[in-house]
Amino acid sequence: MAVKVRIPTPLRKLTGGADEVSVEGSTVAEVIEDLEKNYPGIRERICEEDGRLRRFVNLYVNDEDIRFKDNMNTALKDGDELSIVPAIAGGRS
Amino acid sequence: MDFTEEQIERYSRHIILPEVGGKGQARLLQSKVFVLGAGGLGSPALMYLAAAGVGTIGVADGDHVDLSNLQRQIIHNNNRIGVHKAVSARKTIEELNPDVNVVTYEERLTADNIREVIRDYDVVLDGSDNFPTRFLMNDAAFFEKKPLVSGSMFRFEGQLSVFKGHEDYPCYRCLYPEPPPKGLVPSCQEAGVLGALAGVIGVLQAVETIKEILGIGEGLAGNLLIFDSLKMSFRKVKVRKDPECALCGEKATIKELVAYEDAVCDLRTATK
Repeated sequence: MAVKVRIPTPLRKLTGGADEVSVEGSTVAEVIEDLEKNYPGIRERICEEDGRLRRFVNLYVNDEDIRFKDNMNTALKDGDELSIVPAIAGGRS
Repeated sequence: MDFTEEQIERYSRHIILPEVGGKGQARLLQSKVFVLGAGGLGSPALMYLAAAGVGTIGVADGDHVDLSNLQRQIIHNNNRIGVHKAVSARKTIEELNPDVNVVTYEERLTADNIREVIRDYDVVLDGSDNFPTRFLMNDAAFFEKKPLVSGSMFRFEGQLSVFKGHEDYPCYRCLYPEPPPKGLVPSCQEAGVLGALAGVIGVLQAVETIKEILGIGEGLAGNLLIFDSLKMSFRKVKVRKDPECALCGEKATIKELVAYEDAVCDLRTATK
């Protein structure tokens, strides 16, 4: 199952600058696995060591937050879009 | 309220909008908005709020204008280098629209004073540049029952939302429960930011604030807007109210303001 993953600015170093990559997987967890295989180092930016999502990073399947679906087990369909959205703080500086 | 001749002319493009009208303009003139940070986001937001005739604007910033700020902080200028940002912002606003009463806060906002400071305002706007301040502002807005119009940016990307955890909407902690540990997320200072991006996000914050005051349209509460300036794409994702939110959830554990790592929201040392 091919899923489009949107890469946020702070993680684009790991994808060679790509803002969008295509990976395989039928659940969010599988997609993260495949993402890590293709872009080593990206998983630890998204997940804690035990595999849970970091608390300042959200993943959206299309426009839904996976925390309000099945978390890492959220099922994905062909053509779905997974967005990685980390908290950003800049504003005043 | 009765408008002066000058006000009728100044706000005529608002007044002829049926959604605003004389009533809406009067409401703006009676409204009070608090803006945290007279920087990249605060600058354009403050200027449009002032131009719109928001009657009272609170400006909090503990920093001074620096030459490296002027690439994006358009409320300041060359002659203001070294001047307190809040004072510089007040000068620009007063020259733009004498209807606005500007209240400046040049001291540090801390867990001890922030609730009191925002208490008198109708809407609060976050244009800060660090996580401890964002969480402090969110929690204070929740406890004081104020809508929080939040904007942030990083390099070429911006995020915008409205948080109303005191109502049936999410708060910032529903979106991001805790601040990231130090060092994991680079600041603007380290990473750079496209100056004009601050204009986009700051002006959108002003738009949401004005809608909030007027009670028109659909607010962003319950959604997060993500702007990618390189792709020129705006995307909206849903933000749900988290029933397990430590601040606004059913079994909330946070009962008073929490001071994170930096201990206080030190606007002075946060950046240069």
